[in-house]
Amino acid sequence: MSKVLKSIYMPILAVVIAIIIGSIIMLATGFNPVAAYTSLFIGAFGTFPNIANTLANAVPLIITGLGVAIAFNAGLFNIGAEGQYWIGAIVGTWIGYYFKGLPWYIHIPFALIAAMVAGGLWGGIIPGFAKAYTGAHEVITTMMMSYVAIYFSHYLLEFGPMMEKGSVPQSPLIKDSAVIPTIVPNTQLSYGIVIALVAALFVYWLMYKTVWGYEMRAVGFNQRASKYAGMNVPFNIVLSLSLSGIFAGLAGAVQILGVQHRLYDSFTSGYGYTAIVVALLAKNNPIGVVFSALLFAALGTGSQYMQLNAQVPGQLTDVITGLIIFFVAADKIIELFKTMFKKQKKEELAS
Amino acid sequence: MSALLEVKNITKIFPKVRANDGVNLTVEEGEIHAILGENGAGKSTLMNIIYGLYKPDSGELKLSGETLNLSGPHEAIEKGIGMVHQHFMLIPVLTVAENIVLGAEPGGISYNKKKANELIREISKNYHLEIDPDAKVKDLSVGLQQRVEILKAFYRHAKLLILDEPTAMLTPQETEELFGIMRRLKEQGISIIFISHKLDEVKEISDKVTVMRRGKTVGTLNTKDTNEQELANLMVGREVVLRVEKSEYKPGDVVLSVKDLTVADEQNIEKVKNVSFEIRGGEIFGLAGIDGNGQTELIEALMGLRQIKSGVIKYQNSDIEKLPTRERYKLGISYIPQDRQQEGLIMKFSVADNLILKEYKDSRYSKNGVIQYKKVFENASKKVEEYDIRPTDYTLLAGNLSGGNQQKIILAREVGSNPKLLIAVQPTRGMDVGAIEYIHKKLLELRDGGSAILLVSLELEEIMSLSDRIGVIHNGVIMDVLDGKSATREKIGLLMAGSQIDAKEVEV
Ligand SMILES: Nc1ncnc2c1ncn2[C@@H]1O[C@H](COP(=O)(O)OP(=O)(O)O)[C@@H](O)[C@H]1O
Ligand SMILES: [Mg+2]
Repeated sequence: MSKVLKSIYMPILAVVIAIIIGSIIMLATGFNPVAAYTSLFIGAFGTFPNIANTLANAVPLIITGLGVAIAFNAGLFNIGAEGQYWIGAIVGTWIGYYFKGLPWYIHIPFALIAAMVAGGLWGGIIPGFAKAYTGAHEVITTMMMSYVAIYFSHYLLEFGPMMEKGSVPQSPLIKDSAVIPTIVPNTQLSYGIVIALVAALFVYWLMYKTVWGYEMRAVGFNQRASKYAGMNVPFNIVLSLSLSGIFAGLAGAVQILGVQHRLYDSFTSGYGYTAIVVALLAKNNPIGVVFSALLFAALGTGSQYMQLNAQVPGQLTDVITGLIIFFVAADKIIELFKTMFKKQKKEELAS
Repeated sequence: MSALLEVKNITKIFPKVRANDGVNLTVEEGEIHAILGENGAGKSTLMNIIYGLYKPDSGELKLSGETLNLSGPHEAIEKGIGMVHQHFMLIPVLTVAENIVLGAEPGGISYNKKKANELIREISKNYHLEIDPDAKVKDLSVGLQQRVEILKAFYRHAKLLILDEPTAMLTPQETEELFGIMRRLKEQGISIIFISHKLDEVKEISDKVTVMRRGKTVGTLNTKDTNEQELANLMVGREVVLRVEKSEYKPGDVVLSVKDLTVADEQNIEKVKNVSFEIRGGEIFGLAGIDGNGQTELIEALMGLRQIKSGVIKYQNSDIEKLPTRERYKLGISYIPQDRQQEGLIMKFSVADNLILKEYKDSRYSKNGVIQYKKVFENASKKVEEYDIRPTDYTLLAGNLSGGNQQKIILAREVGSNPKLLIAVQPTRGMDVGAIEYIHKKLLELRDGGSAILLVSLELEEIMSLSDRIGVIHNGVIMDVLDGKSATREKIGLLMAGSQIDAKEVEV
């Protein structure tokens, strides 16, 4: 138990410091932090529909965050989760509207699995093999593939093959048989949340209880020792980037099937990038990903309410997000503060 | 002779340990004074106090009878104390000269390169420390980098030189060279404090030796009046078995047979050339050689970590040269790699996880791809006890254990699996006497159980005391295979240096 406490201590500290600095900024710019945070909280959790929407917002963050966390665990930085998300969304949408007359229990899994395969190929096979056999850095290749995916969606939607008749660049609606039903009426919360939670448990089990996870983590920590232990290092690089892409792709499809029901033309969903922060704050622990995704989802839903009710600009939540990222990435700085504080206390005692 | 340095009752307390606990030490002018002690005994701490890096909590330092109150190393340097740290403090991209004069440049702000080089040449000559002042430090061997560190001290007019474990990273030849330098410095009246945990070195080079154990100085002896056994007992605090007692040599069937093996490095330069040898069950085959003569490539080829160019590797009568590494492990080959932290362990895995690093796929530890942690922990608690791994909490990360205990994890994994063939590369590197004794005991137990052992070591002493037969490798060629009993240091040394020009391939 104390081990769990120890491992969540730093992330929580980072969030608390970010919130405190957020208050200082609000005070300095003439806003009331108490009012702001209260309305932020009410916006995110104050009513039943608000809670439902926060949970709904967390779904794509959880699933994509899991993907990013898998790669991080294997020592790889999948910065292109956004692109894999798009590929998953494209494939899920296409299967959702193109196939008619399928029962839901075939249509939904079909769309999800196809999206996972597509995301896995996009993130894993190409950047994975490039990394494993030529050493091409995955940050560059996943990023490039990400742009390809997003521009591909523009091509498909802007007077391309997936555009619905009319003048708005968007895809047709998916068939009813492909829709993941909502749990709470008039909110965005669908059974996608169940998929997300099951995915988190699955990834936890995969990474910490199975031979595959053991190998991927070993390779992530020390490729040389893994090779000396007889592991196939290139295979594990491809595997972990593929899994990473599979989950990002799944996130895209779940979002289409559960919330959007069609693909819109846009430059970014934002989920792929926020997912990196989600994974970082969770220290790549799959269960931690659920909580850290909830936090960022709550910041998202709460910020609009805060803007309306406390008249604090919604961008403040972006500032807080930025500060959290800073303190998570800079946990060394926090350690430094801690040791300095300890030393000071000791010197005081000594003198 | 009169006392140059006197250390009186020095105590230094760190948050968790008394690193120095009432330490006393007297160093005379012009003597080589060895400090002997196991890892963690407090040697470096004491030296850092003398050098002004740490402030002692109590006690007194005297230099030439005058009390020292050092506020920092700059003051120690001013008083003529020089120190070469365990880890060098050089700037790799700068030249030798720039490194030496750094912080005390001739010509003040406008660095006078010519003057600096001149000064350094003069000191080099005076102390017989040959070096090219214009060479970049990063291009120098470890031995030469150390020479730069020593020159740095004399550039600042040191009369007391502290060498903290200077031989830890040197080859036997470089060590001999260093000892030559130390003797010449002594002739010129320089006092040297020489830190080591190697008994033979202390015996060879020092005039006096002070032994430290757990932060205390447990005695100062005249080197010539003592012996290695007494020193080892003092250092460890109990009776130590130094001379390994080997049971009779009873060779069994051939376990490993290497024939005409040729291996190239990444640049396709042949590093192992047509090597042939055999190892039988129940024997330790020692491979002696200077570092970088093909040992690494040979071992990596044996383990399937590197492709071979030609030749045959037979293990229990079947060709294995095409098998991947894991398959070789499965056949009962074990491997203790040279670098335990980079090659032998995953530092961020728990001790328990590290103990199954090669067998996690085995049906004992996993079923249908799921690791059976109950079994893993059972194994861990057994191994932790059997191999005396400390602390005994096997959920700790391997990186949190001391070097000696990390090596015990590897030993438990590799020896504990009861291999038919064990390849052990420098299994005692950086270990102290107690741990070395333990590792040697385990290797001999394995041998007596009928396993074959290939022991690669840079320590001649270790090779000679353990091996039943000794192969000497030079420049990728096995120069000769000697009988372990009759081989002499001189003979091996000559072969290591490649003195048999017409190296004959020895079939054994
Ligand atoms: N800066 C430090 N802070 C805390 N503990 C230290 C520090 N330096 C050394 N120690 C501890 O003091 C003890 C003696 O260390 P050291 O002097 O380095 O031993 P040696 O050089 O004989 O191996 C060890 O237990 C070590 O962990
Ligand atoms: Mg030391």
